Amino acid sequence: MERLTLGVNGEAREVTCDPAVPLIYVLRNELGLKGAKLGCALEQCGACTVLVDGESVQSCVRAASEFVDSEIVTVEALERDRVGAAVQRAFVAEGAAQCGYCTTGMVVAATALLKKTPAPARNALAEALHGHLCRCGSQARVLAAVDRACREIRDAV
Amino acid sequence: MPSSSSLARHPGLDEWLSIGADGRILLRTGKVDIGQRVSTALAMIAAEELDVDPERIEVSRTRTGIDPNEGVTASSLSMEDSGNAARAAAATARRHMIARAASELGVDIDSLEVDDGTVGSRATNRSVTYWDIQGGRPFDIPVDTEAPAKPPRDHRIVGTAATPRAMAEIVTGRYEFLHDMARPGMLHARVVRPPHYGARLEALDEALNQRLAERGISVVRDGSFVAVAGADEYGTARAAEQIYDAARWNIGTGIPPQDIYERLTANERESLPVIEGTPVEEPVPPLGRPPRGAATMLEARYEKPYLMHGSIGPSAALAHWQNGRLRIWSHTQGVYLLRDAIAEALGMDPQDIEVAHAPGPGCYGHNGADDAAFDAALVARALPGTPILLKWSREQEHAWEPYGSCMAMMLRASLSEEGEVLEWSHESYSDTFNMRPRAGPEKAGAARLLASRYRADPPPRFVPVPALVRHMGIHRNLDPLYDFPNRRLVKNLVRGLPLRTSALRTLGAYGNIFAIECFLDELAAAAGIDPVAFRLAHLKDVRARETLEAASHRMNAWPAVEGRGRGLGFARYKNLQAYAAVGVELEVTDAADLRLHRMVVAADAGEIVDRAGLVAQMEGGVLQAASWTLYEEVTFDRDGVTSRDWDGYPVLRFDNVPEVETVLMERPGEAFLGAGEAAAGPTAAAIGNAVHDATGLRLRRLPFTPEAVRRAAMAD
Repeated sequence: MERLTLGVNGEAREVTCDPAVPLIYVLRNELGLKGAKLGCALEQCGACTVLVDGESVQSCVRAASEFVDSEIVTVEALERDRVGAAVQRAFVAEGAAQCGYCTTGMVVAATALLKKTPAPARNALAEALHGHLCRCGSQARVLAAVDRACREIRDAV
Repeated sequence: MPSSSSLARHPGLDEWLSIGADGRILLRTGKVDIGQRVSTALAMIAAEELDVDPERIEVSRTRTGIDPNEGVTASSLSMEDSGNAARAAAATARRHMIARAASELGVDIDSLEVDDGTVGSRATNRSVTYWDIQGGRPFDIPVDTEAPAKPPRDHRIVGTAATPRAMAEIVTGRYEFLHDMARPGMLHARVVRPPHYGARLEALDEALNQRLAERGISVVRDGSFVAVAGADEYGTARAAEQIYDAARWNIGTGIPPQDIYERLTANERESLPVIEGTPVEEPVPPLGRPPRGAATMLEARYEKPYLMHGSIGPSAALAHWQNGRLRIWSHTQGVYLLRDAIAEALGMDPQDIEVAHAPGPGCYGHNGADDAAFDAALVARALPGTPILLKWSREQEHAWEPYGSCMAMMLRASLSEEGEVLEWSHESYSDTFNMRPRAGPEKAGAARLLASRYRADPPPRFVPVPALVRHMGIHRNLDPLYDFPNRRLVKNLVRGLPLRTSALRTLGAYGNIFAIECFLDELAAAAGIDPVAFRLAHLKDVRARETLEAASHRMNAWPAVEGRGRGLGFARYKNLQAYAAVGVELEVTDAADLRLHRMVVAADAGEIVDRAGLVAQMEGGVLQAASWTLYEEVTFDRDGVTSRDWDGYPVLRFDNVPEVETVLMERPGEAFLGAGEAAAGPTAAAIGNAVHDATGLRLRRLPFTPEAVRRAAMAD
C-alpha cells in the first residue's frame, strides 16, 4: 500500500492504495466517482474514459500511480466545464443513450475532442470515438449530439 | 381497449397505481427498463389518461412481492402488456377520482376539467386535487378495461417526443447502475470459472487460500464452482486470477472441433411442421416435386453463426443473506422467474427471496445477468450477513453467456411464368433459444442457471423440447407474411451442438427473415421483376405494403452514387407486432470491406407513445443488427470459446456508422405493436441484397466479413 496524491476534478485527493491498482478502481471505490464504468479492463471499450491533462484516456489498465503528476477530470466535473456541459446537454437533447453504460465515456471523449477541434470533420469525430463501443446502437444519435454540441458552442461565442 | 394478460394476473387498481398525499404518483410495472425507455413510455401513457405532468409519475423498478408479475421483459411485449395495463389503470383511476371530485364540488361530472391533477369546474371557483381525494389511500377497486381512454385526438402527451427518463443522470455520471451500488460492510466478489464448459476443478491451492484469508479474502467453493470475496475490488479480482492459475483443473477432452454448419443439418434433431406460425406434432411432409405450372425452381441455403449479447458491462449482482432470507439486486429481465429458479436451486421458499431490478447495461435478451445473480446468491449464502457485489470479468461475459444459436435455413420456391410464387418451402435448423431459468419439474429452473452445472450436487441436466408456441424460438418469423400458397415450413431443434444457447434479441427471427428476404430478391431476379414490386405482388396486408413503400420511396429519393449498391428487407415481427422495412446503401471496397453509407427504417408500431424512444429503438435495432451482419461470430476450439474479448469478437465501430433515417407510420388509436426487435431481420437482408446489388455476389452465410466477400467472389 502506498499513499498517492492525485489531482482529480481540480482538487488534490490523497488515497492509500496498491500502487499497481488501475486508476478506475481508485476513482470509483476510493473517491466515489462512479461515472467512469468498468467495461473490459482491457482498454478495448472506452467505458472507463477520463480526461488526463485534457487528453481522453482509458482508466482501466494503467496504474493510478502513473497519474500522480497529472490533472484528472472525470465526467462528474464536466457540468462545470463550458464544453463538457454543452456536450452533456446535446446528449440529452438528442437522446444519445439507450442503456447508458457506455455513455459517460463518450461524453468525456467528445469533450476532449471539441476542446481541441471545435468543428471536427465527421471522420475526425469517428476517429476520436473509435475506441468507444456501444451495443445498444446509439452511435448515430451520439454523432448527432456531438454535431449539436459543436453548433451550440459556436453560436454561444 | 385491448386486454392485457398482465391485468388478468393483477386485476386490482392498487397493484398498478397509487396517488401519494404529496402529489407524487407511483405507477407499478413488471417490465424493467433496460435502455429501451419503457419507463418513459409508461409514464406518458398514465400521465395522458390522468391529465398530469409526466414528471409527477414515478415508474417502479420491479421488485418481487411488490410489483406486478408480468413475466419476462422480452419478446417486444412491454407496450402490449404493461402499456395497455397502465392505460386501463390510469383511465380507471381518473374516472374514479373525477366522480369523487364531482360529488365533493357538488357539480356535474361533465363540467370538470383536470389540469395537472387539479380538478376544477366551470360551474364553481373551487377545485380539488387528486391527492386531496386519493392521497395515500387505496382505491380498493379493480382495473376496468372498459374504462374509457382518451380519444387520440385529445392526446397531448402520447405521440410526442419525450426526453428519456434518467438521461440527465446518465450523461453526468450520476445514474446508479447495479455495478455502482454500495452497502455498509459490502464485499466485492468475483467468480473463478473453469477453463471451458467441460472442465472440472480437481483441487485449489490451499496455501494460496490461506494467504488470501490472511488478507481478508474469502474463497467459496461448491464442487467446481469457486468464488472469492474481499473488501478491495481490485485485490479480489487479482485473487480470482491467482486462484485460477494455481488450481488443478481436469480439462477433459474439451470441445470437439467441428463445422457447425455441417452439424446443423447432420446431427440428431426433432422436426415439426409449422402451420400458421405454430408447430404441430405431426410428421414432416416430404419436399415434393415442383407444382404444375412451375417455370422456375430455386433453392438456397442461408446460414448464421452463434452471436453473443455482448453487454458493454459484464454481468453483476448484489446479494445479501440475512436470517435465512435472501435479497438480490439484478439486471435480469425477469425478477419473478429468477426468484423462483434460485429458490428451486437452494431449496428455499420463494417468499424468502426478494429479487429487485437494478439498472444494468443493455442485455438484448437472456445474457449472463441471471447467472451472475445465482453466483452472488451462492457467495452471500456462504457469507451470511454480508452484502456481496459480484461482477463477472469481460472474458467471463464473452465466454460464458448463453449465445444466440447458429442456424441453417434451407429454402425452395417455384415460380410461374409470370413470376408468381406457386410453392414455398423453408426449413430452419438451430439449437434452442429457450433456456431462461424457468422453474419446473426436475429443477428445470435451477438446471438452467450456469453455476448449477458446476456445483457438487448438480440438478439433472435440462433437455430443451421444441417450443410449440406461435412464432417462438426457432420458428419465429419462419412463416412469411406474404401470400404464398403451398407452404411447407419446418422447424428442426438440433441436438448435440457445442455451445450454450438461449434467447438473444429476435430469437430465430433474425436468421429466418435474413433468409426469406434475401431469397425473395433471388426469386425476383429470376423472374426479372423489381424486388419491391415482387414483394408487393405477394402482399395483401395494407399496413405491410405502406411500410415497405415508405422505406422504398425514401431510398429512391437518395441521389445515386456510382459504385454503391442498395437493398431492402421487410418483415412484421412474429407476423403480429411492429412492421419494419429497412433500406441500405453501401459500398464494397477493393479490400472487400462493406462500408455502410445510408440506411432508412420505416416502422409501423401501431399507436406511437414516445416518438423519440421509438426512433431510438428502431435506430438501435438497425445498428445492432448491422453489427451482427458485418462483423459478429462466436468462435471456439478444443480449449473453449475463443471469442474472449472485443478483439476476438469485433463489433460495429463509429467509422462504419451510416446516416440512419427513421420513418414512423402514423397510426393514432391503433393498438401498440412491440417494436424493439422488428428491425433486425430486415437489416440483415437489406445488407445482403445491397451487397448483391453492388457486386453481383450473393452472400448466404453471415457475417459478411471481407473474407466472406472474397470467398463468394472466388466461388462466383
